[in-house]
Amino acid sequence: MVFDLIKGFIEQAVAPAGVKEEKKEEKPAETPAEKTAGPPPPSSGGEEERPTEIPVKKQEDSSWLSLDAWVSLDDLKKGLEKTRARLEGHLQGLFALGQTIDEHLLEEIEAALIEADMGVKPVGRLMEELRRACQSGEVTDAAGVKGHLKARLKERFKGRKLELNMSPTPPTVIMVAGVNGSGKTTSIAKLGYMFAREGKQVLLAAGDTFRAAAVEQLEIWAGRIGAQIIKHQTGADPSAVAYDALEAAVARGVDVVIVDTAGRLHTKQNLMSELGKMKKVLSKRIEHAPHEVLLVLDATTGQNAISQARLFKEAVDITGIFLAKLDGTAKGGVVLGMQDEIKIPVKFVGLGEKAEDIQRFDPEGFIDALFD
Amino acid sequence: MFESITKSLETVFDRLRGKGRLTRENIQEGLREVRTALLEADVNYKVVKDLIQRVTEKAVGEEVLQSVTPGQQVIKIIYDELVGLMGPVGQPLTFQEGNPTVIMLVGLHGCGKTTTAAKLAKLALSKGRKPLLVAADVQRPAAVEQLKILGKQLGIPVYSENGGQPPLLCEKAVEHAIKNGQNTIVLDTAGRLHIDEELMSELREIKERTKPHVILFVCDAMTGQDAVNSAKEFNSQLEFDGAILTKLDGDTRGGAALSVKAVTGKPIRYVGVGEKLEMLEEFYPDRMASRILGMGDVVTLVEKAQAAVKEEEAKAFARKIKEESLTLEDFLDQLQKVKKMGPLQELMGMIPGMGTKMEGMEVEEAQMKKIEAIMQSMNKAERKNPEIIDGSRRQRIATGSATTPHDVNQLLKQFRFMKKMLKQMSTTSPFRMGLPKGVPVGMLKGKRK
Repeated sequence: MVFDLIKGFIEQAVAPAGVKEEKKEEKPAETPAEKTAGPPPPSSGGEEERPTEIPVKKQEDSSWLSLDAWVSLDDLKKGLEKTRARLEGHLQGLFALGQTIDEHLLEEIEAALIEADMGVKPVGRLMEELRRACQSGEVTDAAGVKGHLKARLKERFKGRKLELNMSPTPPTVIMVAGVNGSGKTTSIAKLGYMFAREGKQVLLAAGDTFRAAAVEQLEIWAGRIGAQIIKHQTGADPSAVAYDALEAAVARGVDVVIVDTAGRLHTKQNLMSELGKMKKVLSKRIEHAPHEVLLVLDATTGQNAISQARLFKEAVDITGIFLAKLDGTAKGGVVLGMQDEIKIPVKFVGLGEKAEDIQRFDPEGFIDALFD
Repeated sequence: MFESITKSLETVFDRLRGKGRLTRENIQEGLREVRTALLEADVNYKVVKDLIQRVTEKAVGEEVLQSVTPGQQVIKIIYDELVGLMGPVGQPLTFQEGNPTVIMLVGLHGCGKTTTAAKLAKLALSKGRKPLLVAADVQRPAAVEQLKILGKQLGIPVYSENGGQPPLLCEKAVEHAIKNGQNTIVLDTAGRLHIDEELMSELREIKERTKPHVILFVCDAMTGQDAVNSAKEFNSQLEFDGAILTKLDGDTRGGAALSVKAVTGKPIRYVGVGEKLEMLEEFYPDRMASRILGMGDVVTLVEKAQAAVKEEEAKAFARKIKEESLTLEDFLDQLQKVKKMGPLQELMGMIPGMGTKMEGMEVEEAQMKKIEAIMQSMNKAERKNPEIIDGSRRQRIATGSATTPHDVNQLLKQFRFMKKMLKQMSTTSPFRMGLPKGVPVGMLKGKRK
């Protein structure tokens, strides 16, 4: 006890006024200065690579693309089925015809929703509503329960704009951010491929100048999907890459620019402000750019996704979520749960390792798939 | 690491602490809140359910009802359960004498295998081993390149081929290592879904061909409920030996640590706490459980405290507090004993209830020294009876401690206030830690230089 008392004194006597509310200092070990310790190139110093061909058609390595299988983006029913196949499962048996509502059923439903990563509090609220609906006689059987839950969840997405904001005058600039390993680079390739399939000219900006071989990775993808790429060396200032990419895009009359960024944990403040700076640089070169800021979220992520969304929104005002890796067994339910707290629309879903494994997010389908 | 879960659990226990004896009802309420906290931390639903069941059984029995400090008892039970779930301590890697040690890393996409492979190789190098990194991820574009760059940074050779079948590649890499005298081989395999049968059988083949001594499942600490599914599947296919939890340097609550251990029974061997290649730490379940409970390393603290302060002294100190006869002399004495126990920052973290209160607050040793210097510049009489300190004494003390009379005044003011607070605290529950809420902090602050 003695030590608690002393600690109390020290706390009062020593803590400098105002410090309590301040954010934690970042470890100096991870300052951007150190990250960009390599050659700090001015915005003009980038080496550029012009693609040898106009995008879209034949690639050298077409086995990666299965171009022939592709019809159009709207023809992604197959993908949707894939989602559905993944999401369905343990809820299915619960809504058998004529099944009566009892505590056991409600508990099973609660468990299933929580196990879909929807979050204990949002699920709690849903269950409360459901119980009320049961008491009032609004819901009388298991089938009614299903309808009720679906309707409540779908309400959250009513009137939400899920399309990408495209600039009326090209290029449209899309910035892509996320934590380490969430799937940014692959998601960028998918987006780029989607645009390329629409006949648009795509330019990728290799803004991840930090991770080893990140530039090479994006370069390989650019080659596969027939996109142009602007890159600097590893260690270069990512803002300079972003600026050069826009310069090139304007000069070449490109339709869409997708800016890659290094993965960063949302709690690293210096890295988050670096991201903010990148965004500012984009808007300086092209008014209203970036037109979209997408957060790539790993579908296997749990409740930490909310913290990610909040802090990335604070830093760069993300306009949408790209939910990656939904082809596993994770349900990605956190994107539903977080809507109570932070309203960020999901715009795309990633369903595999190939460039065509992308689909536009369809909340109705997503929610139906959870229950059917 | 587990700051957020600590925070929510502390709220629960703050509430429990004030209640005296636990009733059946408030055990339930407490457990419900623990359940919420654990679920919000992404501990798997079923794992949480099991835990709550076990704790309920223990807590509702006589043990708790007969206890004098029920709050302590509940914390202890939950703590024990958490330690039980995450423990025992995984043995750090052991390396084979003579034969090369083969370490195989497996996991989902983006969980951090490549970075972890480099970190492990670096660790092996630091233990005098001769590591070889093997780029067995031929799937992801530029993955081989990435490992090569990391290897170059570390001065560790990397085995790679252009394309090729990973099982064969790994087998050849082992032969290559033996030929070249490398005795620690780290296989960096491609990320894959646990439901991808083809790729999972590829892993089995790699295992077959290279006979790894250690297979480690790399798991992103931010993983949600699904951690149990991937861990279970990887384990049933490969019988891995342990897990490495990555990206723990964020604000994730890391419930996956509990889940993985619970469903596979395999220990967590290491945790990744940063992008830098030396940021790999051993995993301590007890420490982690303590943090979860907001208890800090209370056990360690108690041990250290016992060594530094005799119990009678502590009692006398407590009596003085009650009688409001505590002097600066006593205080200086205690302060010096606390200092013996280790760096202040570390100690504060260990004190129950301090976890959340410490957030964003830096206790500077320099400030501590200043306080100590002021007290040491007083004479015994002054420390025993601070009331006698007048203007000229104050000036002398200030000069002696290289501070200002204002600083001296501040300290005296704070001491008087603390005495009052301590008395109040000593009359409330002994379990209640920290200063009462609503202390006008700003008023007490010393001037910042």
